[in-house]
Amino acid sequence: MSLTPLRLGYVPLTDAAPLIVAAELGFAAEEGLSLDLIRLQSWAQSRDMLGLGAIDAAHMLVPLPIAQALRLGPDYPRFELVMVLSVGGQAIAVSAALAEAMRAGGHGFGFGDPVAARQALAAVVPGMLRVGVPFPFSTQAELVRRWLAGSDLDRRFSIHTVPPPLMADALATGEVDAFCVGEPWASYAVERGVGALVLAGRSIWASPPEKGLVLTRDFAEGRPEETGRLMRAVWRACRWLDVPENRTTAAEILSRAEYLNLPPELSERGLMDRLHVSAQGEVRQYPGFIRFHAGAANFPWRSLAALYARRIAGLHGLDEATAMEAAMACFRTDLYRQHLRSAGADLPGASAKIEGAMAHPTAVASEKGQMILGSDAFFDGETFEPPFVGR
Amino acid sequence: MKPLAIIVVEPDRERALRIVDGLRASGDHEITVISEATGLARRIAEHNPDIVLIDVADPSRDVLEDLALVSGPMERPVAMFVDRSDEQMTRAAIEAGVSAYVVDGLQPDRIKPILDAAIARFHMFHKMRAELAATKAALEERKIIDRAKAILMKARGIDEEAAYALLRKTAMDQNRRMADIAQQLVMAAGLLT
Repeated sequence: MSLTPLRLGYVPLTDAAPLIVAAELGFAAEEGLSLDLIRLQSWAQSRDMLGLGAIDAAHMLVPLPIAQALRLGPDYPRFELVMVLSVGGQAIAVSAALAEAMRAGGHGFGFGDPVAARQALAAVVPGMLRVGVPFPFSTQAELVRRWLAGSDLDRRFSIHTVPPPLMADALATGEVDAFCVGEPWASYAVERGVGALVLAGRSIWASPPEKGLVLTRDFAEGRPEETGRLMRAVWRACRWLDVPENRTTAAEILSRAEYLNLPPELSERGLMDRLHVSAQGEVRQYPGFIRFHAGAANFPWRSLAALYARRIAGLHGLDEATAMEAAMACFRTDLYRQHLRSAGADLPGASAKIEGAMAHPTAVASEKGQMILGSDAFFDGETFEPPFVGR
Repeated sequence: MKPLAIIVVEPDRERALRIVDGLRASGDHEITVISEATGLARRIAEHNPDIVLIDVADPSRDVLEDLALVSGPMERPVAMFVDRSDEQMTRAAIEAGVSAYVVDGLQPDRIKPILDAAIARFHMFHKMRAELAATKAALEERKIIDRAKAILMKARGIDEEAAYALLRKTAMDQNRRMADIAQQLVMAAGLLT
């Protein structure tokens, strides 16, 4: 049988695992696809390659297609997010100097308490706190803003874009004082002794969607057959990745020279929920640090699109209601339902939900009866009600 | 007309020099090369450029995206040229491997010669890389053919010319490349000894 070739762009991060596993472990071949994985160096490059048709699909920051829908990027054909690839996987690190001062002040580096961490940090930051994130439109930027809002640092932090592989350098040279990044780049900074981890992204927001599978509308609607096959292959790879026994194998594959090109020990930390928070080797267990499938992680809730859109609209002076509507339209719950039903995905009754309302994993109505959604609480207790719930 | 301030972000010195040469030929500009990723945003802001040129695949591009977006009313606006200008030129630039960030309001007729020059240079890099790869591949092929010849000479007690002729005839008979036949022979010989 001859396989249909598809070109997929990814940026080297632990959360690129679904695409890499789909290609390496035969999930793509099962669907009659051969995936040509193209390693990209920046999110701008990913966006341009997808926009100009040099790749067919991309592993992309969840807010990036939203920014495109809000016309904050180049004028490319519309981008559609057809499924979420990962939830969590981010960590916040502070410089070695700040970590030392926080420790002297009695902070215990628990990795899970946003209020304690920001209080300890605020006490030792004399002036502005400069925080690195991978891209202006990123879940990391959302996490940092949410974490510091209403704290003593609220009016004295600034956010700067730093490419993930250069985060450790930026911390070492004092270009930034802290950063929020996806694994393995936080662990990489710890390993180099330039910083310490203070928080898991999930401790700020229990279900922060991190990467999505993004296609142009022309592809998603013009080539539905391939779109469906790709989604099913990647969805099965996500399911495989959330079987705990498979995580070591995943770390091995990801670490190869053609993908992350780092020691497997490094990507294993996030994948095995065991993070080294300091160079002294203090280890913190964080169950479910990164999820690829469990808790209906792959469903592209339109309410998530609205939540990011509201933030971006606020920062860029756009009309909130218009922005939320445009953003929700590019989260394709319809394609998710259409293409993944046959793979056995359970499908929720609604396509949007009140974000932040579930403090614990919760059962909701679904096609098969009931499905369990992971907790989606914000540490500050906020709930976000999108427009037109249930649409 | 005031000369344009151009920044070239390029870590490789040799490449940077070639880009600068190409740009100089396109007009009278003030050109600055930044080769370090550290503090890129600050360095660029200090120079207050009209145009920033950077390799499409440079990881630091995302820093420029940030600059292009966040500049408030008090700062000098840096808007992306790739935005809503000439789509064909954008495509040509990105395909050649260069992305250009251009200050808002700069006349297209001032941008075009610079971008044309940059595209030409990046095309040249692309060609050089392809040629280098081709040369390397050709060298490898010659080596493998030499080894296959040596194996044939030893095994069949023939001279070099006859060994070469035999390889060529086999390749022609099977409608395959000589290097492929040689590769197979070398591999098989490796298994037999």
